[in-house]
Amino acid sequence: MELVQMQKSLQDYTKSLFLEGVLDSQFLQLQQLQDESNPDFVSQVVTLFFQDSDRILNDLSLSLDQQVVDFKKVDPHVHQLKGSSSSIGAQRVKNACVVFRTFCEQQNVEGCHRCLQQVKQEYYLVKNRLETLFKLEQQIVASGGVIPAMELGF
Amino acid sequence: MMEVCNCIEPQWPADELLMKYQYISDFFIAVAYFSIPLELIYFVKKSAVFPYRWVLVQFGAFIVLCGATHLINLWTFTTHSRTVALVMTTAKVLTAVVSCATALMLVHIIPDLLSVKTRELFLKNKAAELDREMGLIRTQEETGRHVRMLTHEIRSTLDRHTILKTTLVELGRTLALEECALWMPTRTGLELQLSYTLRQQHPVEYTVPIHLPVINQVFGTSRAVKISPNSPVARLRPVSGKYLLGEVVAVRVPLLHLSNFQINDWPELSTKRYALMVLMLPSDSARQWHVHEMELVEVVADQVAVALSHAAILEESMRARDLLMEQNVALDIARREAETAIRARNDFLAVMNHEMRTPMHAIIALSSLLQETELTPEQRLMVETVLKSSSLLATLMNDVLDLSRLEDGSLQLELGTFNLHTLFREVLSLIKPIAVVKKLPITLNLAPDLPEFVVGDEKRLMQIILNIVGNAVKFSKQGSISVTALVTKSDNRAPPDFFVVPTGSHFYLRVKVKDMGAGINPQDIPKLFTKFAQTQSLATRSSGGSGLGLAISKRFVNLMEGNIWIESDGVGKGCTAIFDVKLGISNESKQSGIPKVPANPQHANFAGLKVLVMDENGVSRMVTKGLLIHLGCEVTMVSSSEECLRVVSHEHKVVFMDVCTPGVENYQIALRIHEKFTKRHQRPLLVALTGNTDKSTKEKCMSFGLDGVLLKPVSLDNMRNVLSDLLEHRVLYEAM
Repeated sequence: MELVQMQKSLQDYTKSLFLEGVLDSQFLQLQQLQDESNPDFVSQVVTLFFQDSDRILNDLSLSLDQQVVDFKKVDPHVHQLKGSSSSIGAQRVKNACVVFRTFCEQQNVEGCHRCLQQVKQEYYLVKNRLETLFKLEQQIVASGGVIPAMELGF
Repeated sequence: MMEVCNCIEPQWPADELLMKYQYISDFFIAVAYFSIPLELIYFVKKSAVFPYRWVLVQFGAFIVLCGATHLINLWTFTTHSRTVALVMTTAKVLTAVVSCATALMLVHIIPDLLSVKTRELFLKNKAAELDREMGLIRTQEETGRHVRMLTHEIRSTLDRHTILKTTLVELGRTLALEECALWMPTRTGLELQLSYTLRQQHPVEYTVPIHLPVINQVFGTSRAVKISPNSPVARLRPVSGKYLLGEVVAVRVPLLHLSNFQINDWPELSTKRYALMVLMLPSDSARQWHVHEMELVEVVADQVAVALSHAAILEESMRARDLLMEQNVALDIARREAETAIRARNDFLAVMNHEMRTPMHAIIALSSLLQETELTPEQRLMVETVLKSSSLLATLMNDVLDLSRLEDGSLQLELGTFNLHTLFREVLSLIKPIAVVKKLPITLNLAPDLPEFVVGDEKRLMQIILNIVGNAVKFSKQGSISVTALVTKSDNRAPPDFFVVPTGSHFYLRVKVKDMGAGINPQDIPKLFTKFAQTQSLATRSSGGSGLGLAISKRFVNLMEGNIWIESDGVGKGCTAIFDVKLGISNESKQSGIPKVPANPQHANFAGLKVLVMDENGVSRMVTKGLLIHLGCEVTMVSSSEECLRVVSHEHKVVFMDVCTPGVENYQIALRIHEKFTKRHQRPLLVALTGNTDKSTKEKCMSFGLDGVLLKPVSLDNMRNVLSDLLEHRVLYEAM
């Protein structure tokens, strides 16, 4: 693919992520923080996010699979996930976490299970999309191009 | 037939009458004898003490028996039976025994009784003696009391008249005197004048020459002396037929001056003036002067002397005080007059300044203009002279005005930043033409550590240097002139009453101008700085000048917190003028200090700002860190409150703490940090990063001592604004 083409498709892809609500403006902030002194900032943060979230989701599954669910343990995990996702701008994950927390407060096991599923779903979605995004970026960089700055004109 | 009776016939025939008398006498004797013991018993019982009871009993027995004997004798006058005779005999025998015993005992007792009597007499004498002594002591004590009271009365006032009057009154009362008088020496000292008396209201102006023998006698001793009532000092009233004048005592009263008070000894006869106190006992009384009374008089006289001196001292000090008050008033008036004069002068000067300057300007300006036109050489010469003269006059006026303003203290330095090196060079270039003409080489030495840009009054400093250097040139006919400028530390070249203390942004500039000219007589040096004074040597007469230059320079130097002085080795040996002034050091490298442009907030640079980020969530921690690094901060990351407390130091200016996790524990860190940094300026600013920013969260943050709250996720602009606001105001509660 041509460089310009690749850049255009990157932009479109990113735009679609925003439009779908998968990512929000926080992700843009992260991109702004990336500069020459910090070239891999975004990917570092996102990778960390993935690692953290995988771990949290595992723990959540284990906790909820217990006979007696200890909500005191569940809630902090969800809270953590909510924080992480909001930090990188994974909007839908964050929203799902919010719902999850309400069910935790209500101590609704059934509801929590459902939420966990929802969260996982959203998480895998955003993970997928971000990985695609990074691949696109790498392609552009490999072709000698510059990743275009996102315009906020939408 | 005669009966045989056992009767006893009396010895002799009964003669009826004689017998009868004997009979009656015996009867009475018996009665008396019987009644005596009764009386004895009665009276002894009454009296409390009778030591000889046994004697009494014995005596009683003796008496009773005697009485019994006599009683029984009554029966023997007629024929009596044998029994009666027997009883009679028994009684007589007993009586004999008892009376012998009593007689024997009395031998022992009577001496005792007699001695009791003598003892009693002795005791009575003793009692009388003690009574007498006690009377004496009491009198003495009373005297003492009187003296104390008198003294108290005398010393309770500081008024001379009251003292003397009181003395006389009290003495009169205490000693019950008829008359009491005080004779004071007159001004001439040759006479004694009757000044105070007790009884007479208006004493006649008696005077008595001071050298009478009686007076000398009294003055010769410090004791009270009995004098004759007929002596002139005692004859106060016309003798009105009294039989016997009371005794008179006189005592001297020393009139002490301040210098006479010595602790241990009263002054003896040296300079003294004495007053004479005369005391008269009432006439027609048999009273005599007792020793204690005379002692009292002496004591009183001494006290009076002291009291009088005190009164004299008081009078002195009152007078001095009045004098001072008068002087004060006079000084006040003088001061006000001086102030008025100064004000008048200032007004005058101000007016004259304007009035004089205007025409002056006109003359100078027009003359300069005239100079520009076409002139013949003579005209040009004339115009130049006019110009020169009017410039001189203008300078003179300025000088006088400056000086008066300097003296008033109304002159203020105009501070500014200027180039010191340039200033010196300018001065030199101004002076050089004249120096060249006079063939006096001038050299300038600027010390290498002399600051280039300084803060001070440029114009006046130049005036000072010009004046000094100008003087050097003026008063030198040959030789060279050297001008040295250096930064002075406190070395001992400075006059001893001036301490050079360089403070932080100031330094003291020292300028030394040395010439080899006329020199100055060291005696004239102090006069140099006086206005209008000039050394009268002919050599300097021709140099002109108003003589104000040095005075003005000195004033300016003083205004600049410095000092100026001249050293010279003598006439003809040149002199060195030295002055120190305080100047400020300027940081600016420009001529005029451009004020700093306030930093553009858009490009606020937080370079190197040390911050601490505490967040349990790794991802958000990383994001925050990235934000802050992008803004140029130096970020330390911690993931727990304990670690935060461990790591936080006064180098961290801001601490961002995530308070999202539910619970109050996070807020505790804020309190701990407050505890750790008690000094406000050392404590880092505390900002909470939280997911919700409702009112309760804000209030919670404020109550835990946080300086700001930020809503997560934080945008770059937000963070930037927050940081700049925080650092500027140290508090922020609006970053929402």
